[in-house]
Amino acid sequence: MGITFRKETFRDDFTFRNSPEHIRRFPFPFHEDAYMYAVNIEPHVVGPKGSVLENLIDVDEHYVAEMQDRALVLAEDPLRCQSLPHMTLAGWDLLELLMEQQALGYPEHFTLTRDGDRWRWINRPLGIDDTFTFGDTSTLPYGPMEYITRQSQGDFCILDQRDGNLWMDAGMVTTQADWSLDFDIGMNFFEWHAPVPLAHEKGIFTRALKFLTNIQQGKPARRLNWTMTVNPRLDTSPENYHKWGPDRATVTPENVGDKVHLRVELQSFWRLPRSNGIVFPIRCYLIKMDELVTQPKWARRLHRVIRDLPDELANYKGLTRFRPTLVEWLSKLDDGSATSSGFGPD
Amino acid sequence: MSTGTTKLDVVVSDVVPVNDLVTRFHFRRRDGDLLPTFSGGAHVVVEMRDGQRTRLNPYSLMGSPLDTREYTISVRRDDVGRGGSLFMHRNVRPGLEMVISYPVNLFSLDLRAKKHLMLAGGIGITPFMAQTAQLAGEGGNFELHYTCRTASLGTYADVLRERYDRRIRLYHDDREERIDLDRLLSTQPLGTHLYVCGPAGMIGWVRDRAAALGWPAETVHFEHFAAPQPGLPFDVTLAVSGKTIRVGEQQSLLEAIEAAGVDPPYLCRGGVCGQCETNVISYDGKFIHNDHWLSEEDHRSGCKIMPCVSRFEGKSLVLER
Repeated sequence: MGITFRKETFRDDFTFRNSPEHIRRFPFPFHEDAYMYAVNIEPHVVGPKGSVLENLIDVDEHYVAEMQDRALVLAEDPLRCQSLPHMTLAGWDLLELLMEQQALGYPEHFTLTRDGDRWRWINRPLGIDDTFTFGDTSTLPYGPMEYITRQSQGDFCILDQRDGNLWMDAGMVTTQADWSLDFDIGMNFFEWHAPVPLAHEKGIFTRALKFLTNIQQGKPARRLNWTMTVNPRLDTSPENYHKWGPDRATVTPENVGDKVHLRVELQSFWRLPRSNGIVFPIRCYLIKMDELVTQPKWARRLHRVIRDLPDELANYKGLTRFRPTLVEWLSKLDDGSATSSGFGPD
Repeated sequence: MSTGTTKLDVVVSDVVPVNDLVTRFHFRRRDGDLLPTFSGGAHVVVEMRDGQRTRLNPYSLMGSPLDTREYTISVRRDDVGRGGSLFMHRNVRPGLEMVISYPVNLFSLDLRAKKHLMLAGGIGITPFMAQTAQLAGEGGNFELHYTCRTASLGTYADVLRERYDRRIRLYHDDREERIDLDRLLSTQPLGTHLYVCGPAGMIGWVRDRAAALGWPAETVHFEHFAAPQPGLPFDVTLAVSGKTIRVGEQQSLLEAIEAAGVDPPYLCRGGVCGQCETNVISYDGKFIHNDHWLSEEDHRSGCKIMPCVSRFEGKSLVLER
């Protein structure tokens, strides 16, 4: 058993694909035929077998390819990974969390053995077998946060909690939807959310911060967020806008099914025990329109959501340029019948 | 029971008298596993089954965060309090199975600090036991000033002196020793953070002097050990659950809500964390706000109450619970 890891790329020839099983487990984010912000936070508990929630930290068929892409991004731009000096302890917290969860969920691929503070970590998909002293940074090839997040899918923001606020003081961010750790580092919760339209007026961030600062050890929470990306690029950073921005002008009625991808972020929120910090793993899932519309319910619903999205939101999510083409293409798959409630395919 | 924290099933592994007023309790997990890691300054809420009544009191973890085979707390007996500490002293024996919450930290170290200056009064020493152990393990720079009534009531003063020597300064009330606070606060290096835990009067004094001497508020950290105050009984209607309840003289509003089978969130049970904040739908009477969470404007508005510590006097009160 175990996962069959795909050989694929997220740049140049874009060979990224989802297998049929992975299409069905895609975390489709719309539970109704319209979308508006909500503080859609719920407890992060284990979900159905075969879903992305089967384990609290998900590892899937894209793991090896994503880690290779992360290494390429870091080689070009080391500032995608930063940790302010007071965040090293939180980095050890994160290392423990990710090693524990990956070893628990995927014992055929990962093994963690502890003998006091002498730990051995085996990562078979990446060919790693390291022994180190927990808490002693000199025994690892990188700092603890960088070491483990080079081996974990998704981006990671580690937040310090003080003065009733959260501060983005460390992170590994290489697969982001057009924001930058190097710009946001050291900012508090309101500062880094400043560009988001409509939500401030609704008081969403004030309520969300209150919820997050009360996140307790042993009780993680989660939410879904989404956007769209042209071509299956993981790295859509502001630093590389010149590479991916022009892609938005390349969508045509002929290629929309292959080029336009729904990008869903499963964000989870965990209290870290030693540092009392909070970590947000932001796990990115991509699916191209051709794959998504193999589930008729999703095709009908996505058509209605994108068609009726407020302009401010469409603009913020970068869809404006290709939205008419996409809506026209999706409309042909919408027979007007009702969609069932809930996220899953029929 | 609560929607606020996850629970741990523990057994009392030891009960150790420390001095005339203070007893230390040790907990281990019933399944023999390690307890969750925690950070210096964290507390747990201990559930006490006292006959028909469940008491829930928060106590700081005072062991080293580097060793989670057991948790230790120290309880100061309060003979005129509401009975939680007396229950701990009289009824809790080794072998007793109890339920405690996961650790929660509302008094966290600021790890950016170049130096940690700690001021403790009386039983307020307990969170500093864990914080100093954590900082000593990491080579952190700290200095602790500890005031107690008499040498014999200087809980763990001997332990601290032995562990940390000159980093610990002791002050005894009966010898009329007093912290020279202004001098202490005006001679600290830049980047020092100040932590104070003890009686409300001491916290107020330290915060006021720090503010007067120009310390930025975000460098001054404090933890109240405020138990709910008793008061006149009053009646409350819970609109969402459709219940009318009476809050007894020695009972907090939060405890009365819990006793009625409603499960509101909570973390600190001391009026500081904000978790149990409740909307007031209507009232005819006067609030006695004892919390440190709501703003003065919130207090005046009559729209919100913190049921863990605050009370009410008057004809009617309807809450959104």
